[in-house]
Amino acid sequence: MTRGTFEMGGIHPPENKEKTESLAIVAARLPERVVIPMAMHLGAPAKPIVAVGDLVKKGQKVGEAQGHVSAPVHASISGKVTAVGNFPSPMGIDVPAVVIESDGLDEWVDGLVEHEDFMSLSAGDLRAIIKDAGIVGMGGATFPSHVKLDPPKEKKITAVILNGAECEPYLTSDSRLMEENPSEIVEGIKIMMNVLKVTEGFIGIEKNKPAAIEKITEEAGKVACEIMVETHYHRDGMVEDVAAGCKMGVHVLPLEVKYPQGSEKQLIKAVTGREVPPGLLPMDVGAVVQNVSTAAAVYEAVRFGRPLIDRVVTITGPGIKEPKNMRVRIGTLFSEVIEQCGGLTDEASKVLMGGPMMGIAQADTMVPVIKGTSGIVALTGEDAAIFDIGPCIRCGRCVEVCPMGLNPGLLGRLIETGRFEEAKEHGLMDCFECGSCSYVCPSSRPMVQFAKWAKRELAKKKK
Amino acid sequence: MEEKAKDKKFLVSVGPHIRSNVSVPRIMWTVSAALAPAALVSVYYFGVHALLVIAACILACMAIEAATQKIMGVKVSVTDGSAFLTGLLLGMNLPAGVPLYLPVIGAAVAIVITKHLFGGLGYNIFNPALIGRAFLMASFPKLMTTWPIPAGGQMLVDAKTGATPLGILKEEGYQKLLAHFTGQQDMYTSMLFGNRGGSLGEVSVLAILLGGIFLIAKGYINWQIPVSFIGTVAGLTWVFGGDPVLAMLSGGLVLGAFFMATDYVTVPQLNRAQLAFGIGCGAITVLIRLKGGYPEGVCYAILLMNCLTPLLDRAFKPKKFGEAKAAA
Repeated sequence: MTRGTFEMGGIHPPENKEKTESLAIVAARLPERVVIPMAMHLGAPAKPIVAVGDLVKKGQKVGEAQGHVSAPVHASISGKVTAVGNFPSPMGIDVPAVVIESDGLDEWVDGLVEHEDFMSLSAGDLRAIIKDAGIVGMGGATFPSHVKLDPPKEKKITAVILNGAECEPYLTSDSRLMEENPSEIVEGIKIMMNVLKVTEGFIGIEKNKPAAIEKITEEAGKVACEIMVETHYHRDGMVEDVAAGCKMGVHVLPLEVKYPQGSEKQLIKAVTGREVPPGLLPMDVGAVVQNVSTAAAVYEAVRFGRPLIDRVVTITGPGIKEPKNMRVRIGTLFSEVIEQCGGLTDEASKVLMGGPMMGIAQADTMVPVIKGTSGIVALTGEDAAIFDIGPCIRCGRCVEVCPMGLNPGLLGRLIETGRFEEAKEHGLMDCFECGSCSYVCPSSRPMVQFAKWAKRELAKKKK
Repeated sequence: MEEKAKDKKFLVSVGPHIRSNVSVPRIMWTVSAALAPAALVSVYYFGVHALLVIAACILACMAIEAATQKIMGVKVSVTDGSAFLTGLLLGMNLPAGVPLYLPVIGAAVAIVITKHLFGGLGYNIFNPALIGRAFLMASFPKLMTTWPIPAGGQMLVDAKTGATPLGILKEEGYQKLLAHFTGQQDMYTSMLFGNRGGSLGEVSVLAILLGGIFLIAKGYINWQIPVSFIGTVAGLTWVFGGDPVLAMLSGGLVLGAFFMATDYVTVPQLNRAQLAFGIGCGAITVLIRLKGGYPEGVCYAILLMNCLTPLLDRAFKPKKFGEAKAAA
């Protein structure tokens, strides 16, 4: 069944996970002040529903979702709202945000609803809880989770896949979570399988995380007999959820170590052998992919009623004095998190949100941890050099490693000369900017930058 | 501490923020190093003058590249090893006894006309060293076909000259060629180890082969072109009644197949297109050898196939992820 990896392309950058892979997750200090952006997800930003001076509790909603593809935002500490306005976000732009000063009490908001027998809840109820908890893709893509769990009726979902690949170098937040909290993750996938009426769940984990594989496998083995709920549509229009008995399985698939295994389409290929055709979505091949951290957040929300207000972040890289895996409240500034890791070394010259392949470089550290912040990686002089860009020598290395079967060198040459439409004909829109091409390019050509630029120019033209 | 963090500004760029250790200079110097054994063998057989020819080619290519880039007002990139490699390859394509002004003329044609007038590294249509050789061949046919007989390191002043094995084959036939050796076996081993007339890079098939296999093993070149090129030459020669082993070992075939027809810039990118490219090179080589006016056709075969590279790139496209399934 398992193919072990995706077939086309891929690279093997140095993993650099050894500094943090065996460090237990520690709780970060309660921040005195948090900056909570309203745009921590793909889709419409949330709208602030608190004003300066309001007292808020931990878990209280401070931003309301705007439309379906959006997510609400919650206070991550208890205290007083001191500002509502535009603040720098780690996505590189200023976004509306709510600033809360801590009262030091760290009190939960009243009225969190616990569900001990959550497997008997209806799909609709579960979906509402997940949406209300502000859960988004925590691997970095930050797509609102409830949207993926609410596919159009004609799309038959047959597999829920959890992404435990963590193929980005340096990052270990997912692997630590799998090792330390395996039951939450497995409960999380069961909830999502229940929402989608899927009996088969898969958790893909790269083989460089043997402890995580062991723990998750052990936990998944307990999922022998759980009650599934099936939705029956009656002729008179009545909709009824009926217990359907024992039939649920969660399979753990150890995967070859290869970047970008954690990309949605590549993971689906590795786990199920299905290929998502160009321009289509995972649900078109019956698959829904969520990150393992997202699954744990789903469990927290459904079982204890707690919205997404913190996450595990790996703070590492040669520019960090004491690398750590930390559970950090959303809205905590990078500077404060880094300080708890001994600070930056003098050589630190680049600070990334995320890993070194797809992470976003930060101008300074006065930006908050958001729902998609899987890591804070500080690189030093040598690693963070501005690469000397040369001409394409047509060596074809980029073609060999492109996981989408494109010719990145050709796309780069077309885009360089402004031929965006031609680049589109050659598959530009299939590029998900994994950067494998630039990584292997002997001329260090900025293929990802070319792709981003061309996509933006094409989007402008469309308007 | 907090203040310091606030003040500090970091580098901002689009990812990926790390790169593999393969660079253009590393590729160029590695390929040059892979050619070094063959160059040394040629110096062993032809003596110091062979060394002078190679050195003249390399120095001329590098000096002319630096001067051209200065005049054109672009960044001087002569240390990237690309001009060095062109010079080395040009040297390997010349007979050992040529006067030293030939390397300079060849280098000028290779670097100025073939490379920089077409846009510099990455933009040239033809292999620079081969255009340099072709130009010299057309302009100095006598000098370019005067082949010193290998003399095991002796100075060339006293060296005899003679025809290349392919020359003898063309003019006098297979039996006459065989008569130069004690037997077929001796002919093959002589050709393999380099005891024969020819360009510097033609003499030692074994040394070239070692360099070429090293490059394939290290992933610098693909096997597709060398294998399809040499295989096609052997196969077609056999079909037309020739000696396929002799065909593989003679002339510049092995040098061309491993080091010239694998030049990234001037050959197709995709493996399947490279197979087609190699087969084309092989077919044209055999055509020239058997029916053309020249005894050897590797140089022109590669140059002609260079013309077809854009078409082959267009004909063979990578298979996109999910596309086959979509069509099904």
